[in-house]
Amino acid sequence: MGVALLSLAGLFISAYLYLFKIGKIGTIACGAGGCETVQLSPQSRFLGMEVALIGIVGYGILLVLALLALQPGFTGPSWPSRLLVWLSGAAVLFTGYLTYLELFVIRAICRYCVASAVIIAVILLLAATDLRRSRRLAA
Amino acid sequence: MAHPRSGLSRFYLLLGAVALAGVATLAWLVWKPKSVSIPAGVVVGVTDTSGFRGYLLGSDAAPVEVTEYADYQCPACRDFELVQFPTVRRQLIESGQVRWRYRDFPLDGAHRYARMAAHAAACANDQGKYWEMHRAIYDRQSEWSVARDAAGRFRDYATAIGLAGADYDSCMSSARYAGRIQASANEGQQLGVPATPTFLIGGRLYPGVMASDSMRAVVQRLLPAASPPPTP
Repeated sequence: MGVALLSLAGLFISAYLYLFKIGKIGTIACGAGGCETVQLSPQSRFLGMEVALIGIVGYGILLVLALLALQPGFTGPSWPSRLLVWLSGAAVLFTGYLTYLELFVIRAICRYCVASAVIIAVILLLAATDLRRSRRLAA
Repeated sequence: MAHPRSGLSRFYLLLGAVALAGVATLAWLVWKPKSVSIPAGVVVGVTDTSGFRGYLLGSDAAPVEVTEYADYQCPACRDFELVQFPTVRRQLIESGQVRWRYRDFPLDGAHRYARMAAHAAACANDQGKYWEMHRAIYDRQSEWSVARDAAGRFRDYATAIGLAGADYDSCMSSARYAGRIQASANEGQQLGVPATPTFLIGGRLYPGVMASDSMRAVVQRLLPAASPPPTP
């Protein structure tokens, strides 16, 4: 449940940043102005795709998997739970790369990116704990 | 003990409420009246500068290039634009002797709307009306520079010169050309532009408002010997 709620929060953060990037939201609510610097930098695109859009798709997939894992047919160490751990693990690595870009290439910090980094780390922690617990129960 | 199904139902209700609140917030952000902010000091990317050297007027074959570094909110730049530039344009640019290159050099500390004005002109350039917007912004400098809502004034000028409002809005709110303006300002800083306006002619900087006669004299000295005499 926690994973689903956090995925939804991450989805909205990504959607907010994407809407800013495509000009649908005037200014971004960001105290020190680092968000605009990050969002308008060349690093806000990854392999030709907006990073915020990658976030929307990624969190959307995590949300669907988290909801699937809650269904009675998928109790125990089911494939949605395992996939959830693998995908959130990959997302944590990707977020680490993006944080490196913020700190050492762009040299600006976007508070929404920090929030997303915390969310994805907690999602991985919860998903891994859930999977371990269900494996223990199944054994 | 509560039934697990009822716990799950409560969770779905909570998730639905959060989703609804999130969607409503995003919808409000999209449809509310937009404010515009053009950030300074952004990282300049390759796409910000590729194929763009400034806003150009005049023939590519002109023997002399004059680059103006200017700030839309600077009164001296407005004076040059309104008083001297029409003569410069007629005598030097339209006669084929000079190619004009306009570069933004916003002085953010002194002029809080300069960067936004430069961006409004850049967005007009998207629709092929840079020089019309450029002139409208300088013409009405005394109006928008003291306005509470300068962005609204720029939008009015955009509409008046016939720009498509939605495209202009999208360009402004996404700060599409923030990097381009920063690149232009960086170029001026690297050259050592000390004030606005400053003119770069033949590799030398001329700070301050320059009378059209003085500029003509400088250009004439740089013209190749075989060039025809300037047309007054």
